[in-house]
Amino acid sequence: MNQTIVSYLSQYEFYDSLLCLFGNNEGLLAFVIYLLVALIIIGFSATVGGLGTYAERKISADLQARMGPNRVGPYGLLQFLADGVKMLTKEDIMPFTADKFLFYLAPMLALVGVFATLAVLPWSNGFMMADLNVGIFYLIAISSLVGVSVFLGGYASNSKWSMLGGMRGASQIISYEIPVTLSILAITLLAGGMSFGTILSHQEGTIINWFIFHNPFAFLAFFIYAIGALAETNRAPFDLPEAESELVSGYHTEYTGLRFGFFALAEYIEVFVVCGVGAALFLGGGNLPFNIQIDIIPLQLVQVVIFITKALLLYYVVIWVRWTLPRLRVDQLMSICWKYLTPMAILNLVGCAIWLVVFNGKSMADLVFGSH
Amino acid sequence: MTPAQIDGLMPIVILMGIAVVLFFGGHFLTVLLAPKKPSHLKSTPYECGEEPVGSAWSAFNVRFYVIGLIFIIFDVESVLMFPVAAIFRELVDMGHGGYALIIFLSFISVLLEGIAYCWKKGDLDWVKSFQVSLKNNK
Repeated sequence: MNQTIVSYLSQYEFYDSLLCLFGNNEGLLAFVIYLLVALIIIGFSATVGGLGTYAERKISADLQARMGPNRVGPYGLLQFLADGVKMLTKEDIMPFTADKFLFYLAPMLALVGVFATLAVLPWSNGFMMADLNVGIFYLIAISSLVGVSVFLGGYASNSKWSMLGGMRGASQIISYEIPVTLSILAITLLAGGMSFGTILSHQEGTIINWFIFHNPFAFLAFFIYAIGALAETNRAPFDLPEAESELVSGYHTEYTGLRFGFFALAEYIEVFVVCGVGAALFLGGGNLPFNIQIDIIPLQLVQVVIFITKALLLYYVVIWVRWTLPRLRVDQLMSICWKYLTPMAILNLVGCAIWLVVFNGKSMADLVFGSH
Repeated sequence: MTPAQIDGLMPIVILMGIAVVLFFGGHFLTVLLAPKKPSHLKSTPYECGEEPVGSAWSAFNVRFYVIGLIFIIFDVESVLMFPVAAIFRELVDMGHGGYALIIFLSFISVLLEGIAYCWKKGDLDWVKSFQVSLKNNK
């Protein structure tokens, strides 16, 4: 049941010889393995986050028939490294009116919150760092640290623009958490468990077993989740906390150099995490859309590639939406959340529950093609 | 907690630790590399080039507070519904589906009641309409 990397590796023989190397200290070996894997995952996510800024500019350029960044490296691919180095060498300025401790703390909270969510991200069916039995619940809880950091960043700067942005950010993030949580609740209902392992094992097989096609309510829940997740990560058209035409730069107006960089990095990694969770919950995670036997490459590796592909496809959609739709007004934002998404999410939840009872837990595909 | 459970939490602690190390490491690099020429003008809060007037920590629109309150109601409700949702399928498989559904629906009806009340009170409107508050205060 508990599928972590250590338990996965312990199936193989070289695990025992490794164990001997560490003097039969299982805790220490687990620590070393986790540390290495954590570094790999963070390296990968940071690269995705960095390339995300590049992809953002390149795709926006594509949509607006421009060239986009093309000077640094081949096709401008190294632009994000150049940006990072530039941020390192910028002067660190703090407003003299700011609350120093909170001003320091805010970007760190954003980083900690986002990195901690990476622990339960299901890279494949057996390849997640921690398969907690409250996986999705933990993810919702820990990702609210980012909301706290947005508010703290806005508050601690003691600048009017930051304060407005932070307040808007906090109210927006907590509001859209409700529809997101309720649509995740519908998936918990269908899977009968909160761990990603359980959720993914229900979606094995072909494309019709994915939860998005389980029943019409789950199909709707995916779109509610997608809209809510866009708003939770402060992406356009919900980027009111940093609306540059109204609030200069919102909650990070006063942040310079690397601390601004940390905010940006956290935001882009969070978008990737949100896309990954969407892919895992609704689109089958690492499962292939069709039944195929692959013997040449280990299945785990294939699943990792599939999962990342699905997440990156969603990432593309997120960027696409940003450069297509205009920004909402604050009152529109709130009425969409509370008057449309939340009642719809509740109805979805009720619908899923009734579907489960009426059709005895069968999915649409089971009903059409006969049960398995 | 059993050792296996602690094992499950270790990666989370490691990831958080790396985040903290990365933050302070980056900070250290900034101290080494970045120029340091502070001036009073540089460290004034940005207010479009004007002299900043007053502090930003002042009274704020009460709407944010109301949104926060509504959020807490919904958040607590959804937290309480998670365990029910997790065992719902098991109950259906055991043949107690109708019973579980009634309990689940009665729970959700409380949530619906909450949103209906807030809606009628006009608390879901960002700009609370004057007429709604007049009507309710009569």
